[in-house]
Amino acid sequence: MTAVRCVDLCKTYRQGEEDIKALDHVSIDIDEGGFVCLSAPSGGGKTTLLNAIGGLDKPDSGEVYIASRRIDNLSKGELAELRLRQIGFVFQAFNLIPVLTARENIEFVMQVQGVPSGERQAKALEILEEVGLAGLEDRRPADMSGGQQQRVAVARAIVSRPALVLADEPTANLDSKTADGLMELFRELNDHHNTTFIIATHDKRVMSYAKRLVRMLDGRIVDDVLQDAA
Amino acid sequence: MHMIAILMRLAWRNLWRNHRRTLIMLMAITLGAWAMIFMTALMRGMVAEMVRGGISALPGHVQVHHPDYRDDPSIANLIPMSDSELSERFAGAGFAAWASRVRVPAVITSEYDSRGVTLLGVDPVSEQGLTFVDDNPVEGRFLESVDDAGVVIGKKLATTLNTQVGKRVVLMSQDPDNEIADRGFRVVGLFEADIKAFEENYVFAGKATAQKMLRITDQVSELFVLGSDHRNVDEVYDKTVELIGDRAEVMRWFDIDTYLGSMLKVMDGFVFVWIIVIFLALSFGLVNTLVMAVFERVREIGLMLALGMRPVYILGQIVVESLLLLAIGLAIGSALSWAAVQPIKDGIDVSIVGDGLDMWGMSNMLYPELLLSDVILANVVVLVLGFLASLSPAWRAAHYEPIEAITKV
Repeated sequence: MTAVRCVDLCKTYRQGEEDIKALDHVSIDIDEGGFVCLSAPSGGGKTTLLNAIGGLDKPDSGEVYIASRRIDNLSKGELAELRLRQIGFVFQAFNLIPVLTARENIEFVMQVQGVPSGERQAKALEILEEVGLAGLEDRRPADMSGGQQQRVAVARAIVSRPALVLADEPTANLDSKTADGLMELFRELNDHHNTTFIIATHDKRVMSYAKRLVRMLDGRIVDDVLQDAA
Repeated sequence: MHMIAILMRLAWRNLWRNHRRTLIMLMAITLGAWAMIFMTALMRGMVAEMVRGGISALPGHVQVHHPDYRDDPSIANLIPMSDSELSERFAGAGFAAWASRVRVPAVITSEYDSRGVTLLGVDPVSEQGLTFVDDNPVEGRFLESVDDAGVVIGKKLATTLNTQVGKRVVLMSQDPDNEIADRGFRVVGLFEADIKAFEENYVFAGKATAQKMLRITDQVSELFVLGSDHRNVDEVYDKTVELIGDRAEVMRWFDIDTYLGSMLKVMDGFVFVWIIVIFLALSFGLVNTLVMAVFERVREIGLMLALGMRPVYILGQIVVESLLLLAIGLAIGSALSWAAVQPIKDGIDVSIVGDGLDMWGMSNMLYPELLLSDVILANVVVLVLGFLASLSPAWRAAHYEPIEAITKV
């Protein structure tokens, strides 16, 4: 079954006097359980495509489907509900709410979802251990390194087992060992829970974990290959 | 319910993120709330003192007169019922206090001077504790019975007439046949009043003695009834009307002294305006604080929206933050107002401006009147207006585009 379908997406930004085509007639289908890496040089359109799939940005034209439901014409409230229930996000930077501790940041999405307190706390502590941050649950973002913050963000994205995880440069601030650990966690979730991952990255190590590698250039898909993952 | 918990947590922690700014704003709200409530208590005290003085001079909360008495308060307009019949009807009616009086314009003359006054023929027993005379000690003595042969005058009038206790004066008025009615009295007492004008205007004689002088039998000019609360006199009024029927005019104190009555109403309106004005001054600081708070948090608001928090909850978070700030400030301000009133609740001596206050019918003591209803009004008005003031920055925060907010530098 198709987890994500994009049909003929176009998005143009205005930068000064110049129009930049971030997405230029992009169409792509990603199956449920897919592990896809989008790679492109800066300005290649991978983040714009990720945002369009996540309902964070509306394309100028074209259609986006998540689990066969068209989302590009949904209201703000409906998109918020979709993101809350079905999608986990890891952003490149500024991922955490500064006034909440690591555990509270992880619990945030579950709390908005209405998950009971006990279950929330147990899940948060469990995932913190999985991402190697056991014992840091009461630290606030300002008291953690960039890598630790990124791992908390990853933990928050996957803790409620969303059907789709969208990650924009998730390993950008991590050392290679932690990055490998994180990618293995992603793959494990992908293998055992059939979670679909779409990861925008420059990192070749991350790409090596992908089952499918999509290369973009100037807002177009220029290469789309299946590969044997690491 | 689960959202309230997270909104409260976020709002509370965000408040203390910039604790210096929050503390400054809290101080402003606290000071504003204190000013609203404490100053209102002082103003209420001033008006209450005016009303109390006015009611003690009237006296009573409800009065009964001849229908024409207000236009012509002379001997010609006595209550068209005998004093005995009035006594019979009112004695068992269950009022807190009541009394009947002869009240006519008169002239008092000593060997040196004369003055126009109001002669009050009273029953000293039934009037005990009901009028302003009882507020201060009387030099000499007060009247002892309805047929006491002496008069009690104010100290200021005694000075004007150059008379004193033990000396004789002559009181002169008219009888019902328009003949001069006069009589010599010995001054048996000098009273003091908080409102000095009373000392010059009123002369007390025994009711029976006054009736005899005015050649009227068993008749009075007015009957007054005292209730328990000057703000709520309807019950006393209805009962009095029931007892009198349509044979005389029954009026509430605020209909008799419309100036005093309107003062109370104006005061209620003034308190509301005063609270609004203080709030308007506060609202600039409040809105500025919230706008700054939203501006500083654009990216995390974008993040929360991106993670699936509905815009209405972002709006709720900013509003809750504003209400928390206001609630803390109001609580401290209200407590400080209460504390500030405690040391002066037995009165502040304002005799330094006594002559000016006398013009307004006030005494030299000011008793602050801290009403729970004023405290509630101030708190509710500030919370409601604070809620409205916070909607603008909250609305703006809720309508950020998540991706634009999250990438804002």
